[in-house]
Amino acid sequence: MIALIDYGVGNLFSLISSFAAIGQEVTVTGDPEAVRRADKIILPGVGAFRDAIGLLRESGLDRAVTDAAKGGTPLLGICLGMQLLFDKSLEYGEYEGLHLIPGVVRPIRDVISPGLKIPHIGWNPLIMKQESPIFKYVKDGDCVYFVHSYYAADCGEYVTAAAEYGAELTASVQKELVFGCQFHPEKSGEIGLRMLRAFCEF
Amino acid sequence: MITKRIIPCLDVRNGRVVKGVNFEGLNDVASPVELAAYYSANGADELVFYDITASAEGRALFTDILTETAKRVFIPLTVGGGINDVSDFDRVLKCGADKVSVNSGAIRNPKLIGEAAKRYGDQCVVISADVKRVDGVFRVFAKGGRENTGMEGISWIKYCVEEGAGEVVLNSIDTDGVKQGFDLEMLEKVCEVVNVPVIASGGAGKIDDFITLFRTLPKVDAGLAASIFHFGEVKIPDLKQAMRDAGIPARIER
Repeated sequence: MIALIDYGVGNLFSLISSFAAIGQEVTVTGDPEAVRRADKIILPGVGAFRDAIGLLRESGLDRAVTDAAKGGTPLLGICLGMQLLFDKSLEYGEYEGLHLIPGVVRPIRDVISPGLKIPHIGWNPLIMKQESPIFKYVKDGDCVYFVHSYYAADCGEYVTAAAEYGAELTASVQKELVFGCQFHPEKSGEIGLRMLRAFCEF
Repeated sequence: MITKRIIPCLDVRNGRVVKGVNFEGLNDVASPVELAAYYSANGADELVFYDITASAEGRALFTDILTETAKRVFIPLTVGGGINDVSDFDRVLKCGADKVSVNSGAIRNPKLIGEAAKRYGDQCVVISADVKRVDGVFRVFAKGGRENTGMEGISWIKYCVEEGAGEVVLNSIDTDGVKQGFDLEMLEKVCEVVNVPVIASGGAGKIDDFITLFRTLPKVDAGLAASIFHFGEVKIPDLKQAMRDAGIPARIER
């Protein structure tokens, strides 16, 4: 069973449609016990880090996700869901994350050239840094869709792909079986669907 | 390097895609669900769905069609038309829209953009402005281009962005439907005053119009058009290849 975590942050419509399109059954759930039993976990998220981590903690999903991931259940964090995997975020203050991948979520404006628009929004080609199972059907230079104002920093050795936007921004990460992508695979056309398929298959 | 986006716009009324010339003389093109799925799989970078229905029945039908469409579209989907309050944002976002574009609704209630941006985030709120020259001044028009609001266009757009609009669609009524190229003069004025993505709309007739747009105004992020795509006068894969050949970053799926 693949658990798609619903914790009240963002809209799951597109992700649900994407899994339907690739013929993959997923269980949408906010129940920590279901997450603990899952074969794979998808942690989505849109909005503010503080709200998202707060909701995860309130519901006990934070422990369920970290326990499962540490027990070897493959986990994919998407967009804000990826940012939650790190040690902390500096979005509107300083908030602790799930500590599954070492790194800090920082504002894009600190690294990109002045004058570039924020958020980083649009289609940007992936610059591959390391092999990763989720890139089984994806090549260097394939474009994916980004919408974000914060990025994962200080996680160099875990970066599997980057995107150029006045600086190289972290596009995806992997540490053991914990995966994260800053972009939205569910909004990245056929390339994004291939990535979701690869995560489900491996 | 971020790519320049190409965005087909689907005007939907009574469950069908229509496209007018200068907003009049509408005629049927195709089923919105089929057309949207086709674009999603054939190189479009984003879709805009515009509800031009007036009645409550039409609105309900639109919402059903939007849901069906969103299930088959795996690129960003923006919805506009009939967005008058925050509950309208909620209604279309639940049907699978990623962004919501406001036009007349923001003119009637200038606080709407701020309220929606706080609730759903700036990236979700698009200000769509229909602007036309009247006695040499850019004026904002409401109600699908029929009513001159008397407001000055550039300062209106600047205000909307300050309120929290994360993107601007600038539709020049002067060039819309004329197919002689985008309104570069108007677009340049908007690019000077905002630092969010600007989407050019109105006037595209051929591939070269997009090349000229992106070459002349590097700050423009996207080009939007309707009939030239729906009628196959410009094929998006050909357009993308021409952009790449001209040194303009474009997304081509392989």
